[in-house]
Amino acid sequence: METIYLLTPLACLVGAIVAGLFGKRIGRTGAHRVTISGVAIAFLLSVIVFVDVMNGNLFNGPVYTWAVSEGTVYQIGFLIDELTAVMMVVVTFVSFMVHIYTIGYMEEDPGYQRFFSYIALFTFSMLMLVMSNNFLQLFFGWEAVGLVSYLLIGFWFKKDTAIAANLKAFLVNRVGDLGFLLGIGGVLYLFGTLDYADVFAAAPDFAGETMPGTETLWMTLICLLLFVGAMGKSAQVPLHVWLPDSMEGPTPISALIHAATMVTAGIFMVARMSPLFELSDTALNFVLVIGAITAFFMALVGLVQNDIKRVIAYSTLSQLGYMTVALGASAYAAGIFHLGTHAFFKALLFLAAGSVIIALHHEQDMRHMGGLRRVMPITWITMIIGTLALIGTPGFSGFFSKDAIIEAVHYSQQPAAKFAHIALTAGTFVTAFYSWRLIFLTFHGEPRDREKFDHAKESPWVVTLPLILLAIPSVIVGWIFVEPMLFGDFFGSSIVVRPEHDTLARLAEHNDPGHGAAWQMVAHGILALPVLLTALGTVLAWIMYIVRPDLPGKLAGRFSAIYKILLNKYGIDEFNEFFFARGGRNIGNFFWRIGDVKLIDGIMVNGTARVVGWVSSVVRHIQTGYVYHYAFAMIIGLFVLMTWFLSS
Amino acid sequence: MTFTQLAFYFFATVLIFAAAMVVSIRNPVKAALFLVLAFFSAACVWITLEAEFLAIVLVLVYVGAVMVLFLFVVMMLDINLARMREGFGEYLPIGGLIAVLMVLEIAIVLTSGGFGEEQFPRPEGHPAGFSDTKELGRLIYTAYVYPFELAAVILLVAIVAAIALTLRKRPDTKYLDPARQVTVKKADRLRVVKMPAEKRADRTTEGEA
Amino acid sequence: MIPLTHYLVLGAILFAISMVGIFLNRKNVVILLMAIELLLLAVNINFVAFSHYLQDPAGEIFVFFILTVAAAESAIGLAILIVLFRNRRSVNVEDLDLLKG
Repeated sequence: METIYLLTPLACLVGAIVAGLFGKRIGRTGAHRVTISGVAIAFLLSVIVFVDVMNGNLFNGPVYTWAVSEGTVYQIGFLIDELTAVMMVVVTFVSFMVHIYTIGYMEEDPGYQRFFSYIALFTFSMLMLVMSNNFLQLFFGWEAVGLVSYLLIGFWFKKDTAIAANLKAFLVNRVGDLGFLLGIGGVLYLFGTLDYADVFAAAPDFAGETMPGTETLWMTLICLLLFVGAMGKSAQVPLHVWLPDSMEGPTPISALIHAATMVTAGIFMVARMSPLFELSDTALNFVLVIGAITAFFMALVGLVQNDIKRVIAYSTLSQLGYMTVALGASAYAAGIFHLGTHAFFKALLFLAAGSVIIALHHEQDMRHMGGLRRVMPITWITMIIGTLALIGTPGFSGFFSKDAIIEAVHYSQQPAAKFAHIALTAGTFVTAFYSWRLIFLTFHGEPRDREKFDHAKESPWVVTLPLILLAIPSVIVGWIFVEPMLFGDFFGSSIVVRPEHDTLARLAEHNDPGHGAAWQMVAHGILALPVLLTALGTVLAWIMYIVRPDLPGKLAGRFSAIYKILLNKYGIDEFNEFFFARGGRNIGNFFWRIGDVKLIDGIMVNGTARVVGWVSSVVRHIQTGYVYHYAFAMIIGLFVLMTWFLSS
Repeated sequence: MTFTQLAFYFFATVLIFAAAMVVSIRNPVKAALFLVLAFFSAACVWITLEAEFLAIVLVLVYVGAVMVLFLFVVMMLDINLARMREGFGEYLPIGGLIAVLMVLEIAIVLTSGGFGEEQFPRPEGHPAGFSDTKELGRLIYTAYVYPFELAAVILLVAIVAAIALTLRKRPDTKYLDPARQVTVKKADRLRVVKMPAEKRADRTTEGEA
Repeated sequence: MIPLTHYLVLGAILFAISMVGIFLNRKNVVILLMAIELLLLAVNINFVAFSHYLQDPAGEIFVFFILTVAAAESAIGLAILIVLFRNRRSVNVEDLDLLKG
């Protein structure tokens, strides 16, 4: 099995290297063949691993020792358990779909080979991240994902906005990564090892350990720092600003970033660190609050976006908030479950949006769309399926995972749980509204841009096939996995939950055991508040965008203040621009003008020279050039020397 | 007072007088001549110290060579004495003060008792037939042979330097190199030029003109 | 007999006189050179005196070398003087201030 573990990421890496370095020689077809077959191999192997893990074959061991320093071992190793297996399958499957889709989407792009190389590298990085058995490799994967996302968001490097966006993504992630790195440093300091197994085994012994001179638990500090990293990667408020801008990249990577790789890394990491997070209520509450804020307020911003991809991007932010809340409520399984289902339907939504975008020749503004259902039936249907899953229609995959999260939060006894519960419940309404708004604006009504509409046609099969393949799991994974994942012992020992935090167990108690949890959830959910709110949102969207299309404009005029706030995304970008960017520039200016130019250059460097110059300009008057002055000086010196000898 | 003492005090007085004249007299030629006197007196003082060779060297080398050099130079140069004497006594107070203080300091040292007759008794004179020259020569060519050779080199360098500094090529001098004169060949001096015979003037056509 | 101190005092007086000479004739290079010769003579008197009183010929050897160096020095000094005069038509020290800072 070890060979298979090793082969899974390496297949992607080989594809990436071949397509990247020899892209010119093997040509376009060669590039997509080699990367797709690499990812396909990775997917197949992942499935094998998954089945193997289901049969109880776990693995934890090093593959290669990189360095040993003062007793700390830095190595590459794999930890293959249920959590890893789920992630592997999700990542490779979505990535596989995206690869196929890219053939159609990037058809005309001159950077075809480069793009395939990047996305294969992306998959490799993510696999290294999820398969890691130690913090060092986790960090490697973490940074590699960040790097490739930077490359991909700025893929169209001639576009100014893309460059700004990828720089932004990189910088914002840097902020998170700093916290993450400090967290890892804290782990190394406290436990003296970077190996997961050792750290998790030792964690309970350090549970009560406080930092010297303070009341703060070490565990709280470490978890908060690690979570800062997760906030960066998984785009939680206030480090979310890079995610909507990452829409500047080609659509396939939006799908990849938002569904399978990158943003899920944070969620995965916190789930992986559950043995640590369980030990700090402070950290869990912090996670809850951040998640709840992200889930609700980012959804609100989604309401007013006109760019089709940006709407989906904000929905991703919001859904990531749901997952984060699940983590905070100790329902890690629910969080990962939502991650999985979300991966399918979000990838589907993005790819479908991409399909629309190609059909309209790279038009992304929904105000220029409309009525497309007649020309793009497959895209329309698959996107409807994705939307139904996203808003949590009972029976679709999103319903199970999202409902489980909301219920779990309901049962959580953390102080912040109440707030989170309200935010999530309200969020379902907003989610339904903006999702249907997108569908209605894009596919229904009358075409608003006749010329573009006339040229639109259904996308080729390489585009629609992944849509269909993604639509299937979007519908069914919920039915299959809800019971083992949420209520069974699916994750085994890979996720640790303290009994007093175990919200999912409490949720299970309310379901009648034995009757099939899925059916019960559907039955239970149909009359529950979230589903009602979802229905309300749907109806409202229908009224506003189909029945009375003039209403939104009126409302926007009526509540222009709120509309502006949402349109400006709460001014967080402006705040960052003003406070951090300008502040940083000012500080830099200060250090440059005062510190560097005046102090170091002016006083220390030039000042020294000037003092020397000044002293010599004074002293040189002693040098008269007259021989006798020098002779006098010598004689007087001789006299002084004699006197000195005499007196001593 | 023995003859030696008499000689010493006499020559010492002359020496001091001559030195004072050297530094104070107006005319450089006279100063040089007083310097000769000073060196001569010093040589005589050295005789009382039984340093006969050095005394004679001083007279020969200094009075005979260096002073003559001084005189030549002084006479060769057209020195504007009036300007030279401007501010002559300007620095006398400070110079005199320092000189007096130095003499006083030396006197303090000398009268401190470290140089009295007990510590430095006058040695017996050399026996008759003792050659100071021989003694010095023996030392110079044995123990001090390397410094001696160094001194020789210094003198050589001084000669070269003095010549190199003062030598100049005068462009206006007519000068023949005998060596070149001897080795000169016919070809160096004589050039045979061949040219066609000129046509007669009346045959010259207009075109050629 | 003549004690050592008398010779030494003679040397000191000679030294002081030549030093005053340097102060007085600060503008006349020729006399400056002469004063320097006198300075060296004063030192030589001390050497010879000590050499005699200590019965050590090393002092006389040293005088010998001092004479050599002094001769060389005055020769070169005068040569420089000649060149100087040739170039500037003057040996006035006042005119020689090219090294003025």
